[in-house]
Amino acid sequence: MFPAKFAYAAPQSLQEAVGLLEDPDAKVLAGGHSLLPLMKLRLAQPKLLVDIGKIPGLSYIRVEGGQLAIGAMTSYREIQLSQDVHQHAAVLAEAAHEVGDPQVRARGTLAGALAHADPAGDMPAVVLALGGSIKAVGPDGERDIDLDGFFVDMLTTTLQEREIIREVRLNAQQAGQGAAYLKFDQPASHYALTGVCAVVSLSGGSIASTRLGITGVGPKAYRATAAEQALAGKPVDEDAVRAAVQSVADGVDVLGDIHASPEYRAHLARVLARRAVLEAARRAGGG
Amino acid sequence: MTQTDTREPALQTIAVTVNGTRYSREVEPRQLLVYFLREQLGLTGTHVGCDTSQCGACTVLLDGTAVKSCTVLAVQVDGSEIKTIEGFADPSGKLHPIQQAFWEEHGLQCGFCTPGMVVAIDQLLRDNPSPSEAEVRRGLDGNLCRCTGYQNIVKAALSASRKLKGEEPFEKPEAAAEPAAAGVS
Repeated sequence: MFPAKFAYAAPQSLQEAVGLLEDPDAKVLAGGHSLLPLMKLRLAQPKLLVDIGKIPGLSYIRVEGGQLAIGAMTSYREIQLSQDVHQHAAVLAEAAHEVGDPQVRARGTLAGALAHADPAGDMPAVVLALGGSIKAVGPDGERDIDLDGFFVDMLTTTLQEREIIREVRLNAQQAGQGAAYLKFDQPASHYALTGVCAVVSLSGGSIASTRLGITGVGPKAYRATAAEQALAGKPVDEDAVRAAVQSVADGVDVLGDIHASPEYRAHLARVLARRAVLEAARRAGGG
Repeated sequence: MTQTDTREPALQTIAVTVNGTRYSREVEPRQLLVYFLREQLGLTGTHVGCDTSQCGACTVLLDGTAVKSCTVLAVQVDGSEIKTIEGFADPSGKLHPIQQAFWEEHGLQCGFCTPGMVVAIDQLLRDNPSPSEAEVRRGLDGNLCRCTGYQNIVKAALSASRKLKGEEPFEKPEAAAEPAAAGVS
């Protein structure tokens, strides 16, 4: 199996790469573990691949101003192995461990996964729950895109045609915060039938605030804001949390396929949201 | 994409070091690493299984890290160092400890998945020299054996771990390698 013919360019800078994207049939290649499979199936047939993998200095994880700054070419494997990630946002490493398999994680990148915006990807739920921004480079320079609102629809983000993610910035966890990512996966592909990431802050033993990122349920990953609000002030108690997260799939165009019906996915979302919130609260120190 | 597009992509020259030998070749941009290794370099030990980045039969080390060569373009590895299954045994023919463990533990039936398994286990044991059985099973998530011979593959990985740490001799003593079958006189 091989892709349709395409031309290949390996620019030395992001500016050069943005210039090459002037070609409307061009596509950015990072780790290639979403794009190349699509090209082999001829579901994607770009005429030009712009490989950003040869640009120096795009693979890094740094702690800056209470955030983790993660370069565009940083792989899941590097995230899993990073002490900074384990110390400041361990849930990201926990979720990275859930992606594909070891070989896939050696090539696949966080930034690539976010740009690809697979509705069943693990990373979108986690970055929404942590919060942060995308630094994207385009013809008009660089801009910051808040992760809230970054995912627009299935495989669609607010990135413009000629924009490339340079860096992903995620909020580091604070004292009194806990986080957990739980998923129910399709056993062959390991894609999430439903995945929930919860970041919980406790105050005086009850839930002060929560961020819930949900993937696999609808056409795009989203934050369950009604449930987040309903959780505020609740005790860390199974029944209270169960009641508060009932709305996690409300108002979502829930997907159904041979693996799981819409009703089942919505049910999984409620169950996993409860478990993720309780686990995050436990990790935050609330029992 | 337009039907009238007649651009013919230029061939690219890549230089790679495979199992210690440096090669310079012209490749089509769409050439996948696994086909480059098999068809251009004649290194057919790396297998094409599912060709959809699931089965792991095509696993090779790219700059020391196990990857699925069916999902990497040859042009992407320009300037890199690759190790395939052909690079594991000593040039004298002496097997690598992981290969020796497969031999002793009957870690292969048809053998199709074996090259990918050996390379994946090499990565696994460098990351975690003393894995538990569960860690071996989880670590081989990216490799499928259609003979379903996982039991002995896991045994081989654990034996290789002991061999590499010097806790078990490279070669199992004969008596230990062939335990007497129970009930057979």
